[in-house]
Amino acid sequence: MAFSIYDFSSFTQSIHEGLSNRLSPAGTLAVEWVIVGIVILLFVAVFGLFLVYAERKVCAFFQQRLGPMRVGPWGLVQTIADFIKLLMKELIQPARADKFLYNLAPFIVIIVTFLAISVIPFAKGLQAFDFDIGVFFVTSITAVGVIGILLAGWSSNNKYSLIGAMRSGAQIISYELSVGLSLITIVILAGTLQLSGIVEAQRAGWFIYRGHIPAIIAFFVFVIAGTAETNRGPFDLAEAESELTAGFHTEYSGIKFAFFFLAEYVNLFIVSAMATTVFLGGWMPLHFGNLEEFNHVMDLIPPVFWFFIKVFFVIFLIMWFKWTFPRLRIDQILTLEWKFLLPINLFNIILMTVIVLMGWHF
Amino acid sequence: MGEAEQDRIETQEYLVNMGPQHPSTHGVLRLLLKLEGEIVHHVDPHIGYIHSGIEKMCESLTYPQIPYLTDRMDYLSAHMNEEAVCLCIENALGVEVPDRVKYIRTIFSELQRLASHQLWWCVMGMDLGALTTFFYGLRDREKILDIFEETCGARLTLHYSIPGGLMFDIHPNFRNRVHEFLNYFREKLPEYDQLLTGNVIFQERTRGIGIFPREAVINYGVTGPSGRASGFSCDVRKHHPYSAYPFVSFQEALDDRCDTLARYKVRIREMWESMSIIEQLIDNIPEGDYQVKLKGVVKLPEGEYFQRVESARGDFGVFIISDGKKSPYRLKFRSPGFSNLSALHAMSKGWKIADLVAIMSSLDLVIPDIDR
Repeated sequence: MAFSIYDFSSFTQSIHEGLSNRLSPAGTLAVEWVIVGIVILLFVAVFGLFLVYAERKVCAFFQQRLGPMRVGPWGLVQTIADFIKLLMKELIQPARADKFLYNLAPFIVIIVTFLAISVIPFAKGLQAFDFDIGVFFVTSITAVGVIGILLAGWSSNNKYSLIGAMRSGAQIISYELSVGLSLITIVILAGTLQLSGIVEAQRAGWFIYRGHIPAIIAFFVFVIAGTAETNRGPFDLAEAESELTAGFHTEYSGIKFAFFFLAEYVNLFIVSAMATTVFLGGWMPLHFGNLEEFNHVMDLIPPVFWFFIKVFFVIFLIMWFKWTFPRLRIDQILTLEWKFLLPINLFNIILMTVIVLMGWHF
Repeated sequence: MGEAEQDRIETQEYLVNMGPQHPSTHGVLRLLLKLEGEIVHHVDPHIGYIHSGIEKMCESLTYPQIPYLTDRMDYLSAHMNEEAVCLCIENALGVEVPDRVKYIRTIFSELQRLASHQLWWCVMGMDLGALTTFFYGLRDREKILDIFEETCGARLTLHYSIPGGLMFDIHPNFRNRVHEFLNYFREKLPEYDQLLTGNVIFQERTRGIGIFPREAVINYGVTGPSGRASGFSCDVRKHHPYSAYPFVSFQEALDDRCDTLARYKVRIREMWESMSIIEQLIDNIPEGDYQVKLKGVVKLPEGEYFQRVESARGDFGVFIISDGKKSPYRLKFRSPGFSNLSALHAMSKGWKIADLVAIMSSLDLVIPDIDR
């Protein structure tokens, strides 16, 4: 079994061959699905917990505190302890809730995040499903998440939850446009919707550099719209604590609350991973034109690390927003989208098209 | 959707209970909201959840005991409250306190005002969703509380003023500590502007929101920074100076834009003014006694007495009716928070829920002050 940290395709290929030698094609597929499922499940659990910890630390440093320090060294085990606590908590159901929808909602939200993660290219060959329409798949599957939020707000039989859910519905559906259009801007440049293809196309230079002005605009629009899509501050109206106590998940407790909580952080990861893949070169190392030695040193860092370094950069950016900006009001959020981001985006697409047609990109 | 179908969808106002347990009512205030979608049609404040009967209790307490209770009303301007009671009793007795007492009382009042405004600033940011402000404000407030602790042993409910003067003299280190704090806070206050005031989102959320014109402010009796933001010159320190305020020069922070941002900016300017007042007094504290010895049993002559002070929230008044006994016949507090809260429904009518939170925050309500 050939294993290289620089290229996972031979590793996954050898697993596939090993399995198909022993099993029927259907059996191979079934076993591979189970493996992929378990790996994604583990990844979501571990990475979600880690992001919660990271957020608490980042937030603490913004606020001149230390953050969790007691459980484990530097409080590293804190989130695991919190998670165990959430697991053991009683599941309280509001008396007149719509039971079926109430129980369904958290699963919709969490399943959507699993599906979206499955197409993210972590490194060469380290991608569960490489669809031809990868970008389209991610935008469409994340759009399903809003149904979970709407159902949660509706079925809780709580007015605060309902207001939160309606806000969230209006917000996410609006910002979906910006996310999609800013991704399309880059797709025009890349000429493919396949995520692995988009990463490969950036071997000569990241798209944020190659597409210069329109790509940079698209990147900023994507980060803003992505923040809004994940319901994070300054766009966290759906759970505006000072107005709606906790918004759509007010009535959830225990593990069901944990699902919403985990999904928020995994969504944060998905947005950052998409920004990384589409704008910042995915797992491609940082290269500078003709600095041969520098480029060589950069090549030594494995692609997985490159991917996560960039992802953490974007995650930090989004956390930075949350801990410095006040919250927008619902009409201001919609104004920002429909009156500013959308026209900018449409203009940006035309600009990009012209640039691509004229060959003015790098 | 056809017209007939549209008619069948009935929209109606719905009622939402905001509080008594709610993160942005800052205590146990209950607001009954009538909403249409996100728009607030009516706000009905219900108080009484932490009614403590302080006014009634005062009728069975001796005069020197009363400031203990006033501390617990508006706990963020504890010193101003107790100063009002002390001044009222001293005036009734015809006692003239030494200048040293006046100076120290004024310095304490202004420190308390700073601490109160700092906490208001923390909470204002938090209500608008900027959680980081909370920690910035508390970081600086801690320094003031340390100064209080050093001199009088308490941090929140000070009980430093007593009828006839002060409980103890200031700590020998007091001057240095205050100087240290002023130098520190003069650098830190611009940070407040950088973090919140200058923020586009913050300005969008507050500018032009909850406009409350001058006439309405006077009709509702809104005082303090909330009243001055609508151009109502109501600073008791200016109009009816007490303690050491006649000796200092300061600007009354006035604004005529009448909105939430104006109420915010007036408080920020008041912080600068407070610092300048402290600066003028701190090096000139005269030598002398810190207390006039009163009789063992304080009895006010028969009559009615009233004293106003400017607390951090506005015009705080104490009205005592004495029948010549050792405890008052009747005692009434005019608390600024109560009048300010009464204007909330007029201010927030027609705005959104998120604006209601911002407006309420800009009024700087302390519930025990309202519900005394």
